Amino acid sequence: MNGPPTLLDWTGNLWDGFQVTVLVTVLGALLMFALSLVLGLMSRSEHIAVRGVARVVIEFFRGTSLLIQLFWLFFALPLLGIRLDPLFAGVLALGLNYGAYGAEVVRGSINAVPGPQWEAAVALNLSRWQRMRRVIWPQAVALMIPAMNNLFIQLLKSSPLLYAITVVDLLNRGEAFRFAGGNVAAIYITLLVIYFVLAYFFTFLFGVAEIRAKARLGQHEGLGSALRQLVGSRSLEHEGARR
Amino acid sequence: MNEAIWDWGYALSTLPELLEHFAKFTLVATVLGTALGAILGLVFTLVRRARTPVLSQATTVFIEFVRSTPLLIQLFFLYYVLPDVGLTLSAMTAGVVGLGVHYACYYTEVYRAGIDAVPVGQWEASTSLHLSPARTWRRVILPQAVRNVLPSLGNYAISMFKETPFLALITVPELVHTARAIGNDTSEYLEPLTMAGLVFLVASYPTALLLRRLERRLETSPVA
Repeated sequence: MNGPPTLLDWTGNLWDGFQVTVLVTVLGALLMFALSLVLGLMSRSEHIAVRGVARVVIEFFRGTSLLIQLFWLFFALPLLGIRLDPLFAGVLALGLNYGAYGAEVVRGSINAVPGPQWEAAVALNLSRWQRMRRVIWPQAVALMIPAMNNLFIQLLKSSPLLYAITVVDLLNRGEAFRFAGGNVAAIYITLLVIYFVLAYFFTFLFGVAEIRAKARLGQHEGLGSALRQLVGSRSLEHEGARR
Repeated sequence: MNEAIWDWGYALSTLPELLEHFAKFTLVATVLGTALGAILGLVFTLVRRARTPVLSQATTVFIEFVRSTPLLIQLFFLYYVLPDVGLTLSAMTAGVVGLGVHYACYYTEVYRAGIDAVPVGQWEASTSLHLSPARTWRRVILPQAVRNVLPSLGNYAISMFKETPFLALITVPELVHTARAIGNDTSEYLEPLTMAGLVFLVASYPTALLLRRLERRLETSPVA
């Protein structure tokens, strides 16, 4: 291959980077969800110690910057004798940082479930576990999906930072293209478009999840009706005529 | 190094340099970025409200695109692509422009929500009092909209503050860049990076608390 590479030469590399970016994002998001749940529930605990621990962890990860946490895990931790794989360190930093934000979402959503729902569950003599599992949680989930979607997109948009700790993601492949003398405008615009499409794809998935969560609560007619609305206004006209 | 993992003397010795770069780059970038974002966000909002056929839609598409793509790549774009079209920005300028434009796309949503939250009756009252559009905006709508948006603007300023380390990757010598550089020189990363994290925490946490108090006060105080 002579001369600077073209985007076509780079499709294989970009595909490899794309897979790493998606992997890191999905793993980071799974950790984020798990942590949000644990920290969110902990911060509602009756025990001041449990609540205190949750608050300190949440405020710590929200208050320091993601890049510092990333560098700390990657550069400083080895000095304490713990050496992490760059990809693992990246997933850990993303999950911890956004998990701390997610905990506030979980806590807020549970608190936002109307009081009478709690009272009704108590009146029906449900156990604490049943109350959470059967009454509160399903409603809280529907409330937290939009905010979780936002956090997920933030996480996706932060994932290129992992380039700074040598993870070979999309941005890393893009930088290799620049160093090889390729057209810089072309590669960065391509990268931006890829992230844009990814963000939209995941937002679509969260939208589906929200519809399903609401349908379970009887607040939405389900995916079928959403699709029909998308396809055209005809079904709406029918409904109007029925009314 | 083996017997003492954490060296207080070394940690403290890194502090003056860290704080200097923190003040000169991190804080300056946050303040300028916030100012640019706040002004540009207002421009976006007005352009969208004006409903000029092509311009308004183009602005909306631009905002959506910027909001859904990584700030870091936008910064790289500004820093590495613009010189090709004859516009060479210093790393710091590229960083401030990148932060400003990125956050303007969030601010414009905040403004829109803040303006929409002013009750319709206020507009109607202004019309019936025969106030000119300029007076309506300046005397009636904006004073109420400002109190709606202030807490959100503050929260975005804090998150911008925490995203200024992104500028390190386009060679701006801000706090994290400096901490890493010190680490590179001494191959002792633990202290400088930890101190840098503490500086962030000490600066951002009290500000966040103050904002929460402001938010509560604005919520509870009666509308003047």
